[in-house]
Amino acid sequence: MNRWLPKTYLTLVYVLLYLPILVLVVFSFNSSRTGYRWGGLSLQWYESLFNNHAMVQAMWNSLWLALTAATISTIIGALTALALHRYRFRGKRVLRGMLFVVMMSPEIVLAISLLALFLLVGLQLGFISLLLAHVTFCLPFVVITVMARLSGFDESLPEAARDLGASDFTMTRTVLIPVIMPALLAGWLLGFTLSLDDVVVSTFVSGPSYEILPLRIYSMVRVGLKPEVNALGTLLLVFSLAMLMLSQWILTRSKR
Amino acid sequence: MHRVLQQPFKTAVLILVWGWLLLLVLTPNLLVVGASVMTRDPGTFLSLPLNLDSYRQLFDPLYLDVFLNSLYMAGMTTVFCLLIGYPFAWALSGLGKQRQTLLIFLLIVPFWTNSLVRTYALKLLLATNGLINNALLGLGLIDEPLRMLYTEGAVVIGLVYLLLPFMILPLYSVFDDLRKELLMASHDLGAGKLSTFLHVTIPLTLPGVLAGVMLVLLPAMGLFFVADILGGSRNLLVGNVIKNQFLDARDWPFGAAASILLTVAMAVLLFAHRLSQRRLGDEARA
Repeated sequence: MNRWLPKTYLTLVYVLLYLPILVLVVFSFNSSRTGYRWGGLSLQWYESLFNNHAMVQAMWNSLWLALTAATISTIIGALTALALHRYRFRGKRVLRGMLFVVMMSPEIVLAISLLALFLLVGLQLGFISLLLAHVTFCLPFVVITVMARLSGFDESLPEAARDLGASDFTMTRTVLIPVIMPALLAGWLLGFTLSLDDVVVSTFVSGPSYEILPLRIYSMVRVGLKPEVNALGTLLLVFSLAMLMLSQWILTRSKR
Repeated sequence: MHRVLQQPFKTAVLILVWGWLLLLVLTPNLLVVGASVMTRDPGTFLSLPLNLDSYRQLFDPLYLDVFLNSLYMAGMTTVFCLLIGYPFAWALSGLGKQRQTLLIFLLIVPFWTNSLVRTYALKLLLATNGLINNALLGLGLIDEPLRMLYTEGAVVIGLVYLLLPFMILPLYSVFDDLRKELLMASHDLGAGKLSTFLHVTIPLTLPGVLAGVMLVLLPAMGLFFVADILGGSRNLLVGNVIKNQFLDARDWPFGAAASILLTVAMAVLLFAHRLSQRRLGDEARA
């Protein structure tokens, strides 16, 4: 087979994947109001973005939500991964199966089921409902990330700790946690990004008291074009790129 | 002493995890099943008596059309993702290890980027006075701008754009595992290229294909915001129907039944995936 054919094909797909993003970034610096024609370099859309108080508030709300959701799901997810790795217990396969199904099921199915629950128990839709929902969909991703790290781990270390008289809790704290630290960070970053990006679940479980960024963007882009979205999209892109690079760096560094 | 007290840590962890899953996964899903067999009520959303009307409503020609159309668009999305992704994963797995790592990284960058923003970016390209039309008009290839935005085609393009990495990653993982010796062996035994492809490559990559199909087909029916932004405000996807029933029309039993339809589709695909993996395992052992 021709040697350059596969490479040309790969390049073509990458160009198509990145073209829309590139256009978005370029147009975020466009001074033209119409949105489609180039009118010269300008930072006006960034300026109007930061002068928009509701937008800035939604940004902070989203960051705070992502921060708490990622932290809680990392704690519960890591403990779950440790339990699945270390212990024998009844219903272990069911537990694994449930986590897998949560990960695979369409977001909208999870979304309406949580909405039904929140309305039934009378929980007001807002920060708490968003937090519970986000932790739930982040959880399986953290569990897999940590499990992957644990599966390549030397079993003699925890056994040695146990032989030396350490309790389960002490052993976990002093031996296991340091080993899974890189996976914890990677899982946290993944959870943070998933939460920041979510539209489907948040549409159902958020209330007017707590507006978050994706929903604000959604209401902006449904009709027409809003140049501020270009600027916002560029900022989010830079932000997630930084997060991803950080996560990759943590994971590769720990392998050495 | 009782076993539970001997292992307080284990007990605490298990209670926490089971508690979370039972309360926020199992109970809500049972509620949806319950809601689907109740009667619509404008005040409290739901009321008795129990009946199967909402399931009958799924087969109402009006909605059946939407479901079949949604399935068709999701199917087209899956086919395009597979057509683009299969050769892509194959070409990727033939490169040097370091380059593979870099390219996989470049593939997941968009996945980490806000999907709404990426959908919106497509609008810049597809709009009537957008970049593609401007370029084609400028080159003199067309006289009038093409109508691309607010069509079903635009929605499929958007879905492919968002979901392609989910097809490529499982495919790449099977191609990466695909033992090169096995292909060589088949070749040595006199099988031609086509025959090797048909009898070795395709069966061995089937679990990856099914995993990819599952990760693309189901979300492609649910991602209502893509249909909203690129398809105009029509009920194009099952996701739009479910969203409207819950948030606008307030017909919970019907929305719940539509959601159960998606869950059943997932169960069927999961089962097919397991079956293909098991068959492959049997053949490898034989």
